[in-house]
Order: sequence, then structure tokens, then C-alpha cells
Amino acid sequence: MTGAGNNIPFREMFHIEGGNFTNAGSISSQVKKILMRAGFSHGVIRRTSIATFEAEMNVICYANQGNLSLFITPDSLKIVVEDEGVGIPDVDLAMKEGYSTANEKIHELGFGAGMGLSNIKNNTDEMILTSKFGQGTHLEFVVSLEGKDRLVPLLSTKE
Amino acid sequence: MKLREIRDILDAEVITGDANLDKEIKYVNAADLISDVLAYSTGPGALLITGIVHSQVIYAANTIELGAILFVRGKRPNEATLQLAIENHIPLLTTRYIMFETCGRLYQLGMRACIEKVKDDRGGK
Repeated sequence: MTGAGNNIPFREMFHIEGGNFTNAGSISSQVKKILMRAGFSHGVIRRTSIATFEAEMNVICYANQGNLSLFITPDSLKIVVEDEGVGIPDVDLAMKEGYSTANEKIHELGFGAGMGLSNIKNNTDEMILTSKFGQGTHLEFVVSLEGKDRLVPLLSTKE
Repeated sequence: MKLREIRDILDAEVITGDANLDKEIKYVNAADLISDVLAYSTGPGALLITGIVHSQVIYAANTIELGAILFVRGKRPNEATLQLAIENHIPLLTTRYIMFETCGRLYQLGMRACIEKVKDDRGGK
């Protein structure tokens, strides 16, 4: 997608509409397809997909809208999620397993276990979460590439 | 255990028409919260026992490569969710047994969970 010599051989951005559960999960599904087509190993795809699914759900459940970007670099897979919404007043508290501010509607759909952010942390090698209360949240996480997976970005990541 | 045996034990109905019932199921997870499904999955091919029938459960299934989904309490997904499962090659079954009975019957016949217990650090780092 970008020219040769650039450190980011591939990037793709997806828009997420807050509150719309109709196709919730479809973006992480698309991310997974891209990673499968590229030929990453099962473990890398699985960890990235779980973390991406949770990140997508967080925007749908709690924000007005957001964008999720996938970057494939020679060393890692990186996902950046930027949303506009209420934000998180206490990031440390939000990171605790079991802590949730989900409302009844979210629970009815099977979300709001308070496990989302820890699922992201547990499946990734780096995670950064910052938030401005009343404005939005910035989340990024990285899955490092090792062994054969390091060759994949060089070979094929084109759409 | 083959998916066919699971169907028979639980008097379940296969909702996705031409599902491969010879599929071998090694592990089971039962949960009604999607994040729990994701958190406690240990590998591909497991059976999920759940009451969640929204399309998100199919996307989650796709994420962790579930072998099949069994809906309890007679629940059925809508047509869109069903189509999504078919597109993703995820067999769907439904049983009228409640979750406890469903799990108990499978356990009695030797099926085991993805994980037995969570670690004792649940509650945050």
C-alpha cells in the first residue's frame, strides 16, 4: 500500500460506529482475514484477533465512534484504536478484571464481563491505553513477530 | 467425541443444515459472556455451550476458531446470525436442556473443559 523503503509495508483503517451492534465483530473478522491471507502463524493471528475483537467491542459499547487501524511492520502487528466518546475516568480501575461500567443492554448482548481490557493485555506484547474523560480514548497494542512470522510482512501483505 | 454423539446425547437439533457431524470435539467451554469465551479459550476446535444467540457470538467463534456452538434452553439465532455461521463454517446446534444439564451430561460421558479454573490473580494486577 505504501511505497518501498517505508517502515510500514501495510496499513488499513476501519471506521467503527458506536452503539451499533448489528455487525459488531465484523472488523476484527476482516483483520483476521487480512492476517490469514498474509500467512501469519496461528498463534499470532489468534492473539491479534482476540485483542482486536475486544477493542472493537469497546468502541461499540462505550464510544460514539472510532477508527481502528492495523499496521503490519517487519517486527510487529500493531493496532491503534482512537475513539470519540465519554472516555475512561480511571484507566487503572478499568484495567482490573471484572470491573465494568456496562449497562443492561450491553449485558443482554453478552458483553460487559469486565474482561475486555485484560484480555487485550494478556494477548499482546505491549499495550498503551490513555483517555481524556469526556473526549475519548486512545488504545494501541502490539503483537511482536518472531521466527517465521518476521518473513511474512516482507513477502505479501498487499490487498 | 464426535459432534454427532453430542447431538444425540442432548437430543439437539443441528440448525446449520449440512454441518460436518463427524467433526471431533475435544474440549468444551460454557459461558454467557463473550469476553469469558475469549479469555478461557485454549485452542481451536472447542465446543461453546451458550445462551447468546446474537451475531457477535459467531464473530467471537470465528476469532477463536470454535469447532461448534451449542445453544441451550431451546434458543435459536435469527436468520442473519444463522447465515453468518454458515458463511464461516461454524456448525450450530440447539438443545432444550438448560446449561447445567447440558454440561453435566457431556461431562458424565468424558468431555472436559478448556480450562478447569481461573488463576487466583483475577481481580487485577
